[in-house]
Amino acid sequence: MRYLPLTTDDRSAMLATIGAASIDDLFVDVPQAARLDGPIHGLPGHASELAVERHLTALARQNTVAGEVPFFLGCGAYRHHVPASVDHLIQRGEFLTAYTPYQPEIAQGTLQMLFEFQTQVARLLGTDVANASMYDGSTACWEAITMARRVTKRAKAIVSSGLHPHYVSVANTMAKFTGDVLETAAPTLDADPDTADLIARIDDDTSCVVVQYPDILGRIGDLSELAAACQVKKALLIAVVTEPVALGAIRSPGEMGADIVVGEGQSLGVGLQFGGPYVGLFGCKEKYVRQMPGRLCGQTQDAEGKRGFVLTLSTREQHIRREKATSNICTNSGLCALAFSIHMTLLGEKGLRGLAEANHLAASAAADRLAQLAGVELVTPTFFNEFTLKLSKEARPVVRTLADRGILAGVSLGRLYPDAPDLQNGLVVAVTETATAQDVEALARALEEVLA
Amino acid sequence: MSRHYTSDHEWIDVDGDGATVGITDYAQGQLGDIVFVEVPDEGREVAKGGEAAVVESVKAASDVYAPVSGTVTQGNPALVDDPSLVNSDPEGEGWFFKLRLTHPSELEGLMDEAAYKEFVSGL
Amino acid sequence: MSAINQSGWKPEMGSGGTAAAATFTGNRALMLEEALIFEIGSDTTCGVDLPETPKGTSRLGKLARAKPIGLPGLSEPETVRHYTRLSRQNYGIDLGFFPLGSCTMKHNPRLNEKMARLPGFADIHPLQPVDTVQGALGLIHELQHWLVTLTGMDSVAMSPKAGAHGELCGILAIRAALEARGDARQVILVPESAHGTNPATAAFAGYKVEDVPATPEGRVDVAAMKARLGPDVAGVMITNPNTCGLFERDLREISDMVHAAGGFVYCDGANFNAIVGRVRPGDLGVDAMHINLHKTFSTPHGGGGPGSGPVVFSKALTPFAPLPFVEKTDEGFALVEEENAQDHHASAFGRMVAFHGQMGMFTRALSYIMSHGADGLRQVAEDAVLNANYVLRSLEGTLDAPFAGSGPCMHEALLSDDNLAEGFSTLDVAKGLIDEGFHPMTVYFPLVVHGAMLVEPTETESKAALDQFIGALRSVAERAKAADPSLKSAPHFAPRRRLDETLAARKPVLVWKDAPLAEAAE
Repeated sequence: MRYLPLTTDDRSAMLATIGAASIDDLFVDVPQAARLDGPIHGLPGHASELAVERHLTALARQNTVAGEVPFFLGCGAYRHHVPASVDHLIQRGEFLTAYTPYQPEIAQGTLQMLFEFQTQVARLLGTDVANASMYDGSTACWEAITMARRVTKRAKAIVSSGLHPHYVSVANTMAKFTGDVLETAAPTLDADPDTADLIARIDDDTSCVVVQYPDILGRIGDLSELAAACQVKKALLIAVVTEPVALGAIRSPGEMGADIVVGEGQSLGVGLQFGGPYVGLFGCKEKYVRQMPGRLCGQTQDAEGKRGFVLTLSTREQHIRREKATSNICTNSGLCALAFSIHMTLLGEKGLRGLAEANHLAASAAADRLAQLAGVELVTPTFFNEFTLKLSKEARPVVRTLADRGILAGVSLGRLYPDAPDLQNGLVVAVTETATAQDVEALARALEEVLA
Repeated sequence: MSRHYTSDHEWIDVDGDGATVGITDYAQGQLGDIVFVEVPDEGREVAKGGEAAVVESVKAASDVYAPVSGTVTQGNPALVDDPSLVNSDPEGEGWFFKLRLTHPSELEGLMDEAAYKEFVSGL
Repeated sequence: MSAINQSGWKPEMGSGGTAAAATFTGNRALMLEEALIFEIGSDTTCGVDLPETPKGTSRLGKLARAKPIGLPGLSEPETVRHYTRLSRQNYGIDLGFFPLGSCTMKHNPRLNEKMARLPGFADIHPLQPVDTVQGALGLIHELQHWLVTLTGMDSVAMSPKAGAHGELCGILAIRAALEARGDARQVILVPESAHGTNPATAAFAGYKVEDVPATPEGRVDVAAMKARLGPDVAGVMITNPNTCGLFERDLREISDMVHAAGGFVYCDGANFNAIVGRVRPGDLGVDAMHINLHKTFSTPHGGGGPGSGPVVFSKALTPFAPLPFVEKTDEGFALVEEENAQDHHASAFGRMVAFHGQMGMFTRALSYIMSHGADGLRQVAEDAVLNANYVLRSLEGTLDAPFAGSGPCMHEALLSDDNLAEGFSTLDVAKGLIDEGFHPMTVYFPLVVHGAMLVEPTETESKAALDQFIGALRSVAERAKAADPSLKSAPHFAPRRRLDETLAARKPVLVWKDAPLAEAAE
């Protein structure tokens, strides 16, 4: 077996050192009835690199690759161009095969990167501080809700109808077990997000209001009034960002007064990967830092006075607090955080602003083109790079038909909200810098045909 | 004014129906550098043996229990800015909170200084 | 003769023995200092070509960003150099032995990386129509089959994102199963020798946690557990092999006891590497167990994630497993999600993540599993256990091994700081190992031993590598026994000396703060 260095002679010599007659002697504590006397039946034996490559390549070929067709899917995962150096750098063995930086003297690479990442994220979200990442946006969103409960000692969360349904689903699942009360609803095909409705519902029992920015239909609401209304009732405002590139073009939630801002960082550096691994972003106001979940990297100095970095405030975490921890999260998403951070460094202020502008204008042009079609109505006049169309037919079969023609047209709301009859004709279309004008034209023509 | 000790390494100074609570020099020595202290808010009711405060070192967090039941009259504001007071002066400036006793009779089971010293030497 | 040595270059050895002066840059040859991006980047530098501005109209109105973000940029060459320099201040498995107990730091084959990057896996969207992702669903289904068969269980939930997340998934399934029968049990029992995540997980799921003591030989005290079982106990969380590196030989008996009392058995499978292919947890009465793909199946740890923590379930818990999962139908592979779950998976306790889990890790894990096959995986467990016992027995005379008398260890060897000189501790031994070129073992865990040192060599270390480590640890331990003061200030040769963690925690500096950015004119 190519990954196992011990030879038969090594094994014999080592058994002699141990004083065991055979390998079986080392497994004596396994009850007789549970010992397997040979390789498990029904599974193949070892395979060469070439054989594994053949098998997996054949599986990979059965999938329609986003980059090979006109592609317009978003709804929480976005296709952006990732510079080649990002993937090259994260594959350096010292990053790829390192562990959580428990020994800071020999993990300054990871630690400094995390400190840079935390700063980039905090600035992007408009928060005072940010942690070293969560699993993904959906789990970060739930962690924010539980954190709000710890801070406010209240259990009711008002969830905007514009929050990604999977995020709602995750929160609902967890709340069933923790006793949090969530008020949720499916969205309606309106031009504006449900901000006014949320403001009207905040009361003295409200722990937090959770709002997505831009929301699941692509709409962008001003959060300032909502933040002010939350403050009056001493509830926290949690903003969820699933498309961080948007923050290169629109005001940050933190700047508008959000207390906690969480998000999905997949857009930058990570790639689609069929949904994971992704990287959760988590930022908040400084005063709540001890209630934050997840790992935090902090600056300090070494015995010679040199600047260095360590994991800090770890008493919040499960390995120390056990049942009193702020969260049970342990491993985070370090390598994805690194990819995010490298991509951000390559872009810088100028690059992110430019990328965001290109996304927005391309999407705007695409929305104008598609809205001209018979049987297509633009629901969302204000958006960043993702907008919702109302078709004259149920959108789900339309998406399937277009996929058969080699066009990945967007996400049908019927897939996300199978139980909402009013949403079945909705189609969410994302347009990033990776979509060409020809791609948009191909989509427009195919849509026109299918809807005729 | 009298001082009592618990087997969980808290001390309590009693003055009439008021009292001051902290952790002992032995306890701070075991914890190492204190980096954060969470003291209870004024008005909180604490029960004898119940959690009243949290003290954190870099690698450990410990609950501090109320030696007796009572109502918190004040948490030590100085510890927020300078938790190291618990290391430098645990049984003075590094006090945790002040209480108004509910059941002064609860003091009876606690150790005096000599008994606590003997208790610690046996650890 | 022609011109004599015009260049003036004569090879010289220099005079030895003098100490080097401090360098102008602070660098020391290959050990390079690297500033923060905030110190070297600028908001006008950009390392990518910006897309051409398309024709379109802005619709952002008053929400358009007016303030600068404050993101420094670097050119591509500077970026590559920045991160390459940072990487060199890190220790990784590629560099050397990384014996972190409970973490299973084994070699990460590069074939797995190559496979995960095939566009057919890396460049597909989670919400594409299922007809366009049949290969991806097929891969998940295949991995499901391997995991279920290797563990002898009934089903597997693939979506949990890491080990701790998997624990949560298992505990929630237990809770859902109890609720389905109208049973409101409140207590989860957790042995002292369990991972710290276990009690955190149980508490997070709304349970009251009670500890069960360990026996002097480092295993669960079965009698104490039996005495505590009752109608209020929802279940137990047991780590097997446990964090003392020992196989819980009474697990079958414990499972039967817990089941008889109406509870469920959760097994923390973090240490599955020790028994894969030799023991099936399903044969020991386990109801739920998470598998860390980043440990047992070698998906890279990446400096702290991403991991992946699928959970295998017994027949009793299968109906409650969370969405989504992949099923094989006559038409191909189907994704069971909210919309079709009502028909044939109505008891699912819900959803743990957006989308379908850590696809990138699934690809890597399947690549690794296929490479080994059923025979190779069995060999993995055998070599991992052999390596750990070899380390344990080789060091027994040097350091205190509290459970050496409890029989063979499994995947990891537990040592303590019991016989070091006064004032010397596990921390000093760990820092001394850094100077010897090793990543230290896990320290101060498990809590059942004072100054614990937990060494997990894994199967991918050669005998030569182990011998070198054993020699180095002996040498460092002897220095600690002899009270060598230079050990107290180790490491001496790492990129940094000991770091002040107290300062970091007392005055947290979590983000870089530079001079306030000029407000952009509005």
